[in-house]
Amino acid sequence: MKIVVKLFAGARELAGQSEIELELPAGATIGQLRDVLLETRPQLQPLLSHALFAVDAEYAKDHTPVPADADIACIPPVSGG
Amino acid sequence: MIQLTHEPLDTADLLNRAQTPEAGAVVLFLGVARRFTDGRETLELGYDAYEAMAAKELARLEEEARRRWTLAECLVVHRLGAVPLGEASVAVVAASAHRRAAFAAAEWLIDALKERVPIWKQEHWADGTTDWVHPTSDERSTP
Repeated sequence: MKIVVKLFAGARELAGQSEIELELPAGATIGQLRDVLLETRPQLQPLLSHALFAVDAEYAKDHTPVPADADIACIPPVSGG
Repeated sequence: MIQLTHEPLDTADLLNRAQTPEAGAVVLFLGVARRFTDGRETLELGYDAYEAMAAKELARLEEEARRRWTLAECLVVHRLGAVPLGEASVAVVAASAHRRAAFAAAEWLIDALKERVPIWKQEHWADGTTDWVHPTSDERSTP
């Protein structure tokens, strides 16, 4: 399945893009998405191990399956306020 | 009430909304763009957000604050985009009948915002460089 991952802040700066398209097997988890993202964009390495992911604007765990049509976002450590 | 805005924060308006005869105590917290951080000089801050999720998380924080404390009013506003030195990037207002709840809620809200809400700060340093701030757990700055 084709998945688009939104990038923000330092991750967007490292990748040079605000969205990355990935190909994932059906039933893949967020953890597997993290691995594929790292393979595709190794420059994200400094942030990726500390980043969380969101599925449809909700924090997800690594074992969460990635739904086919969901909004996926990479959430590096936050610094609001 | 929660809000994300690209405009300067109108603190007079926020206080006006929160100051009612129901609230014997009104607490306002402002997070202000500060000149010095760990010996480096800032020219300006910039804020990015995953807006749809930040709004959801802020609403959840307000809900949780209202569950933990009896509040007459609860307002959280975060500014996005460029924030000049000395201007507020975030405002938290908590109003309650007595002061203990208002102080506690306001402190809890800003602490929780800084942990959970998908908003990111970018330092524009005086030396011309910029850094997105992504603290790892052992790097959290002074509360």
